[in-house]
Amino acid sequence: MINRASRLSPLVTLARHVLLEALRNRLCTVLGIGLGAVLMLCEFIGGVTLTETAETQAGVAAFILRLGAVFLICLLIVAGVAREFHDRSLEMLLALPLPRYVYYTGKLCGYLLTALILAALAGLPLLLYAEAGRVAVWCASLFCELAMTAALCLFFMGAGPQSTVPLGMTAACYLLARTLGSMQLISRSPLLEDGTWTQETARILLDLAGLLLPRLDAYTRTDWLVYGGGGAQLVPLVCQTAIYTGLLVAAGLFDLYRRNF
Amino acid sequence: MPPIIFSRERGRPVGDVPAVIPLLLALLLALQIGWRMAQAPPLASPVALAAPPPPARLRLYALGDPVALSRPLMLRLQVFDNQPGISIPYLQLDYQAVRAWLEAILALDGRSHYPLFAASRLYSGVPDAARQRLMLDFVYRNYLEDPLGRWPAMTHAVFVARHRLRDLPLALRYARALTDHAHEPGMPWWASQMQAWVLEDMGEREAAQILLGGLIEHGASRDPRELAFLKRRLHLMDKNPAPPADRSSLP
Repeated sequence: MINRASRLSPLVTLARHVLLEALRNRLCTVLGIGLGAVLMLCEFIGGVTLTETAETQAGVAAFILRLGAVFLICLLIVAGVAREFHDRSLEMLLALPLPRYVYYTGKLCGYLLTALILAALAGLPLLLYAEAGRVAVWCASLFCELAMTAALCLFFMGAGPQSTVPLGMTAACYLLARTLGSMQLISRSPLLEDGTWTQETARILLDLAGLLLPRLDAYTRTDWLVYGGGGAQLVPLVCQTAIYTGLLVAAGLFDLYRRNF
Repeated sequence: MPPIIFSRERGRPVGDVPAVIPLLLALLLALQIGWRMAQAPPLASPVALAAPPPPARLRLYALGDPVALSRPLMLRLQVFDNQPGISIPYLQLDYQAVRAWLEAILALDGRSHYPLFAASRLYSGVPDAARQRLMLDFVYRNYLEDPLGRWPAMTHAVFVARHRLRDLPLALRYARALTDHAHEPGMPWWASQMQAWVLEDMGEREAAQILLGGLIEHGASRDPRELAFLKRRLHLMDKNPAPPADRSSLP
């Protein structure tokens, strides 16, 4: 086992260990319970609806699964990195002849693999209520959303072993990125009283946040499951994911290389 | 670390726990159960349906996914008459608020026909002409915005105006709205016949059967639960037939 692992490059070894840690943290049990609960809720909803039963079941399940997957990936990252800080295994790893970027990207690759598994499993119950092609597009978009969230969470975890602040910061950025489009529309509403400095400041801040955050409301949309048509929008989303994940990795590396342990 | 009772770890023997702790545990458990039993059971009190938040705020609550929010909101509205321990008749519901919620839900997901279905089939079933007219007006106005996607609810609006409200001019107006778009692809051929169908002297049951048959034939009602609901309504109609329409109000 050790020999086989030592033959692999350090980056792959790190990614593999992240995945193993996630699996041994009873990820499968949590997922099993979560998916079972979602299925039960959907069957209950199926008994209440009068029309568009499958569409309603898919809509509710998709909403819960998306938020659940985002919450789970953040929790795994926060718990995993905080443990490394506390066990001082991070200091041990950085003492090895291992560039810091290998450590960082190795960890991220592991979390991206975990995100891939989460996205694929989240799509399973949806196959009961929506066409397989639509579910595939939804899962691909969920993976992109999870990848950016994972990169964001890992970036905030660079601040230290505490877990509340990074979790809160990631949740705040996620919610802001999801509601930014609506907030910008509200800030430009003609019904608002114009000219007050607070409104002007809020509008400018929202516009600035709009430049720095991806538009997450364009990702993993429930209408793709219900009405289709998400495939055409997938390419720009993949491009945005690549750019933003890269940006967060660069920011995280900048922070990691400056840090004294 | 999970509690030892949920863990696969065997742990130390129960005898190692100081005797006062199990005693305290049992005492506090009994106290908790006693406390809850001493409290009065919750009283059912009807809650009025409040007006929906403005559309912009609803979109904010949707976290960028309005279709996902529209579904639970529709279900909440649909079961609002069944509050914990109490069932409110539709007559006691504030229909202005119901309409406002239906509008809000439709604004979140314009392609769903659930709000129109609920308005034409569910809420228009109330034995109150003003409330029925409010719901029919909601269906009619929204049908005009998307006739090809919303004609099934409109056909039932014609039926309600003709056989429930017994308002032939209104039924003819709605039927004409359907006929105006009957030439467009995607509309059923019998939509152009709606005016004749309104004027024909047929019973409510026969008219409802024709309408249901037309919807099934055209594939507008594919959902098994929707079909079951429509057939149940037909069965109820047999038990409570409406009086014949008054043709004297025709223009």
